Parts: sequence; structure tokens; C-alpha cells
Amino acid sequence: MSVFDGLKFRKVYSPIHNLDPRMKFVYVIVVFVVAILFNQLLVLLALFFMPIPFVLLAGVQREWLRSLRGAVFLATFIFIINIATRFLGSGYVLTIIDVEEAIAMTVRFVVLVESFSVFFLTTSPDHLGLALEQTRVPYEFAFAFTTAVRFVPVLAEEAQTIMDAQKARGLELEKGGFLKRIRNYIPILIPLIVSAIRRSLELAEAMESRAWGATKNRTNLYELKFHRGDFLLLAINLIMLATAIYLRLQLHFGYVSIPTISQILF
Amino acid sequence: MIEVEDVYFSYPNNVEALKGVTLTIKEGEFVAIMGQNGAGKTTLVKHFNGLLKPSRGLVRIDNVETTKTSVAALAKNAGFVFQNPDHQLFSETVEEEIAFALKNFGFKKDIVKQRINWALNLLGLTQYRKTSPFLLSGGERKRVALASVLAWNPKTLILDEPTIGQDYRQKEKLRQFILQMQTQQKTVVIVTHDVEFVAECNPRVLLMKEGKIMADGKGTEILTNQEVLNQSSIVLPQIAQVFHKLSHFGLPKNIIDLYEAKNILLKTLEKRQ
Amino acid sequence: MPVIETKNLTYTYPGGKLPSIKDVSMKVEKGEFVLITGPSGCGKTTLCRCFNGLIPNFYQGEIKGEITVTGLNTSKKHTYEMAKHVGLVFQNPENQLFALSIEKDVAFGLENLGVDREKIRQRVDWALKQVGIYDIRERSPHEVSGGQQQRVAIASVLAMQPELIVLDEPTSFLDPLSAKKIFAVINELNTKLGITVVLVEHRLDLTAKYASRIIIMDQGKICLDGKPRKILNKEETRLLGVGIPKATLLHQELLENKLKLRNTTPLSSQELANFLEELLKTK
Repeated sequence: MSVFDGLKFRKVYSPIHNLDPRMKFVYVIVVFVVAILFNQLLVLLALFFMPIPFVLLAGVQREWLRSLRGAVFLATFIFIINIATRFLGSGYVLTIIDVEEAIAMTVRFVVLVESFSVFFLTTSPDHLGLALEQTRVPYEFAFAFTTAVRFVPVLAEEAQTIMDAQKARGLELEKGGFLKRIRNYIPILIPLIVSAIRRSLELAEAMESRAWGATKNRTNLYELKFHRGDFLLLAINLIMLATAIYLRLQLHFGYVSIPTISQILF
Repeated sequence: MIEVEDVYFSYPNNVEALKGVTLTIKEGEFVAIMGQNGAGKTTLVKHFNGLLKPSRGLVRIDNVETTKTSVAALAKNAGFVFQNPDHQLFSETVEEEIAFALKNFGFKKDIVKQRINWALNLLGLTQYRKTSPFLLSGGERKRVALASVLAWNPKTLILDEPTIGQDYRQKEKLRQFILQMQTQQKTVVIVTHDVEFVAECNPRVLLMKEGKIMADGKGTEILTNQEVLNQSSIVLPQIAQVFHKLSHFGLPKNIIDLYEAKNILLKTLEKRQ
Repeated sequence: MPVIETKNLTYTYPGGKLPSIKDVSMKVEKGEFVLITGPSGCGKTTLCRCFNGLIPNFYQGEIKGEITVTGLNTSKKHTYEMAKHVGLVFQNPENQLFALSIEKDVAFGLENLGVDREKIRQRVDWALKQVGIYDIRERSPHEVSGGQQQRVAIASVLAMQPELIVLDEPTSFLDPLSAKKIFAVINELNTKLGITVVLVEHRLDLTAKYASRIIIMDQGKICLDGKPRKILNKEETRLLGVGIPKATLLHQELLENKLKLRNTTPLSSQELANFLEELLKTK
């Protein structure tokens, strides 16, 4: 089940992994806001290159590139739609500005994807669960999240075992027409569901036996604390946000203008 | 006959579970595969019914290479009973559960009926024919799973950890059952780390470690070899423990059977009198 | 005051026709190591669930008779209150560990109880050291071996410093060597820390030597209750289908053949070897 291997987060230590997930999330939001405030390609390209030092510091370049590759299909789609509407809207003419704007829209999408992927690639599930707990998300929710992360690979393995067990009894999944093929999965789904229910009952029993729900003021072994890196990221976030808002206001009142790429090139 | 020749196997996540396994299991043999968790026991037996195909080397079942035939055909030859019955039970009644494989293998209706009756009877499940398998106890569910495989009368029977969670009486029944299969010239392969159970059955023992076969021989020989057992996280059976502790009195070390132990001790002590 | 005291305890699961345990009356004193065994479906697991109030609080159903554990009436207490006094360890290690690191799992109960962080840290470290897994505390529970997982499960109830630990077939998924080691750990909890232990187990060959008492159940009832040597030597025990250790059986066989062997029922291969050695030396 290689699909689920990606969910098995391996403990990695890097300056980026060690950052407080809450601060990293603020970074994602800031990038989001800036990307929405501007539609100039120059700014968006700057945003596009922004996460690269983070990715390199965290040492997750390969995974990061893979997630970008995953976004290619949607990005292409966005680009084509943009070009098409501009082309049709302006009476079958296409200017270089139109193309640049279409590219800008596409880059904006990619920026959103990449900042999120940096966040998830460098934040371990238990860190994330802890962040959820400490931002006053009800504990049940945070617990459900970490438990899901913990058990998805287990269930995936179980599904594989069940498939093997039924194949050993002569089940051929690829046999028959469309409807027959769907029906072929019943002998796999039922044991999977039954086992999941049994498992959740056992889990509930174990939780009850370990004082689940004893007090509303639950404590935590770990505590998220701000370190130097987090303050640095905070500064970066604030500077980025302040500059963006200032620039956006200046633009609005017409005090400055951002050149288009075509202006720079030609 | 099962022939395994220098088989290597790697899972998609690049974990190499078998590293050059060679062995032959003849028709009618009774083999126990033992070893630590992760030694490759289950991976190996999954090659016997084609669930897994070797990454390198070859597996032949009755002179046919497993890569050249379908899982369904191989499965029909070698029945595989998984450790946890809940991983396979899904039907509304015990009867339908047993019919599942028979239908998959394309048996005719009257033969299906006949085989169901036979399997129910063999495992003492006739009274539960119309019961939902989910309402049965753990031991009974295990028997239903066994019956559902036995029903098509495979030549080889593979049992993965059949004694886990079983009490002494159930284990004794299982042992009797395996002996019965033996008289019908069936090949029986069990994967287990239940030393006392294996000591009572005294089959051929294959000891695996880290994807390789570390020892292969009679139960009396392997289960009394402390050195190889230690390496596989297996302890000596109790009778052998007693004899190992008394070996400096000139007593043999390779004893695992209760009655043999009794006779030797009586003889030795009588001689001294 | 006994740690466990039941009087005519009878319990039926919701929707069940017959009671799973019938008229169970027993007493366990402080510091005892009680081994409960019996054929599958005899009610051992059900009885375990009564000891920490999972029955009737979690399972509902119909309970009759009396039960007090560590002086508390389990039906009147929440399971989380009982958790401070009774630790329950289950059969399948996989389904009782849910955190993403071992130490976090061990801390789970204390966190639920709202214990201070520094105190949690202390007790977690202590519990981890007691069962010998302190060095792997930061690893994920699902990437360590079954034997280590079961140690995590034991540490996670130990951290709450219970007076009683109940273990329901804790080694059925483990290889023999890991099982042997787990039983040694459990024995240490009993002898070193003075925790009362109730162990449900089929494998008497590995556990009988640790027990101060053996209880045998069949069909929801207690059939036999007494000192290990006495219980293992009884004909009834064999008839109930309990797996008597081979060393004990061999001893019985030898005595029947008029061998002048010491007439104490051996509980381990070592004991039997010692008895035989006496004989081999003198003659």
C-alpha cells in the first residue's frame, strides 16, 4: 500500500520542522492574504520563490517537488480557462497583457498549493495535534485527528490482508463486468468494516480504562513554546504583511505602479 | 510438491522479506515454520498459493512455476487459513460462508451442497449452518474460517498462527485434526511460535530468521538446539528444558516428548538402583 | 481490606440470554499475584472488565451481586475514577496504544486526570524505566515490536500508580521469548512495587511459578481456587481442559511409576530438574 506510505510521518529534525506549527500556519495565512491582494505577476513570482529557502532548510525538496507536480494538472486547467475567457471576452484578440494576467492567476494558485505543502511536509501529525489542542480546539477533535493519522496505515494494511484472505478463497477482483466488479468488493468491505468496528470498540475500552474524560482541564505532557526561530518567522510574517498592505494602499491611490514583466522585458 | 529455489522477495516499500530461501516440501509432509515476527514466515507461505510471486528465484507447485499460472488456480491447490477469522468472514450464514470459495472455484451446485455438509460435519459446525458467523465465539469463528477453506479439499493446507488465543482443549482438537489430515496424505504447513504445540506434534521444523532459513529438521532436533532457538526468540519446550539442565548426568538433550522423557528417566534411575 | 471482593457476582451482557459470569464470589488480598485461567468463553475477560468498572459503566447490561475493588463500589464510580486505582492491560497491543510517541501514550491517562506537567514527566519517566523502555520513549508505538508495545501498555497503566493491575492475556500475540520477558516484568511489579496483580492466561508453563494463587473458571463460574501446587496437581484441573505445564505432568507420571521423587508439585522446569538432580546424585 504505497499510497499510504506518505502518511507515515517519519520524525525529522530541522530548523523548519522545529518551528511552532501555529507560527507556520500564520505564515501560510500571510502568503494567502498577499497572494489575494495582488494580481501582478511580479509580486506573485516573488511569492512563488519565497518558500524555496524554507524547503531547502527542511530538506524536503523531493517531496515538495512531488506535491508541485501534483498541482500541474489543475494549474494547466486554470491557465487555459483564463486564456479562453480573455480571448473570447475581448472579441477573439489576445494581447501579451492577457497572457501575463493568465499566468499570474495560475501562479497565484501554485503559490497557495506550495505554501500549504511546505506546512504539511514540515509539521509532524503529533505537533499538529498538539497545536490543535493548544489553540483551544476541543480535545476530542484533536484526539480524533491524531488517532486517524495513527490508524490509517493500520487499516490500509488490514485491507491488504483481507484482500489476500479472499483471494486465497478464489475471489478474482478483476473478473466480470462493471457491476460484477463492484460486487466483488463486498467480501472485502464487510470484513474491513467489521474489523474497524471491533477495533474502535477495543480502543474505546482502552481509553475508558485510562481515565478518558476525567476532567475538563486536561493537561499535556508536551508544551509548544516559542523559540528564537519562531520569533524570526513572526518578524518575517509581520514585515511581509506590513509591506504588502503598504504597497497595496500606495497602488490603490496611484502613488506607485508595479511594472508588468512585459514592460521589464521589452 | 512445493519447491522453492533461491527465492528473494521485496515488498513495494523496498523491505526485503526473503533473502535466498531454498526448500522442498514433499506431498503429505507436516511442516511447522517458526521464527520471530518479521522473520519472513508469512511472506514465505504466501508464495505457496501464489499470493506473492518471487522477485528473484522461483517457486514450483507440482512442477508448475507460480509466475506462469493464476492465483485462483494456485489457491485451489493450497488452502490458506489466515490468522484472524474476522479478516475473511462476511456472509449472512455459516453455510454461505463455506459456499463462497466453492462458487468462486466453479463447483457444480450439487457438489457445493455436498461439500458444505462434509465440511460442517468435519468441524462440528452443523448446528450453526444457518447462524450468522458474527454471532459465534472466537474459537467457533476460527473453525468456520477453517471449514470454508477445507471445503474445496485442497491438497495442501496452510495455517497461519492457528493456536493464537486458543485454549488447551482447542489446541488439542486442532492437533487431532492435523493428524487426521495427515492420514489423508495432505500436506500441512503451519506458521507458529507456539513451541509447546509444535513439541507435541513433532513435525519437520523450519526455523527462519531475517528472511533466511536458519535450521531445518525434525522437531526433536531443532526444538532442542538451544543455540539456534535463542537466535529466533524461541525458548526450549519445557521437557527439553528439564533435560538440558540434567545433561551433565549423561542424559540425552534431544527429548521433547513427555512419555519418552518418562521412560528415559525411569530407565536411568532404575539402572542406578 | 481486600483489594477485590465480590459476592455472588452475576452479569449478563445487553441482549445476552445467559449470564457470562454466575455467582462469582472471590477475595483478592493486597500483594497477591492471582492467575485466572480456564477454557475460552469461561468468563475470564468479563470478570476483568468488572474489576475496573467497564462493566457495568461502559457495557451496560445487567449486574447482580456485590463487587468492591480497592474499597470502591465499581457500579457507583465512573470508569475514570477507577482508572486511578486499577490498571487494565488488554490482549491486543495495537488497539490500546493511540499516541504518536511512546511517552505520550504513557502520559495519556495522567493528562486525562489533569496532573501537572512536571509531575507527568516524572511519573512517565519512572514508569518507562520500570518496564525497561525508557530509551525508546520518543519512538512511535507502532514501529516497535509487539513485546515492546505490550510494555508500553503496561507502563501506561503503571504511570497512574494503581494499587491493582489486571492483565487479560497480555502475551497471546507475542513470541515465546518476549512473552517470558513480559511475565518477568509483571512479576517485578508485584514483588518490587507491591502492586496486586490479576493475570488472565492460558500458558501456565510460563506463569504458574509467579502466581500466589490460581483460580480456574468454567462456564462463568469459579471451579477451583487455591495455591498453584495444589491446583495443578488436581485431577479436576486436567478434566477442565487446562493446559498443565509439561514439567508438572512429567512429575505426576514419575510419581505414578513409584519413583521416589520429592512429592512437591513442581511449577517450573527448574524445580523438576532440581528434584531429579537430588535423586540422580544420591544414587
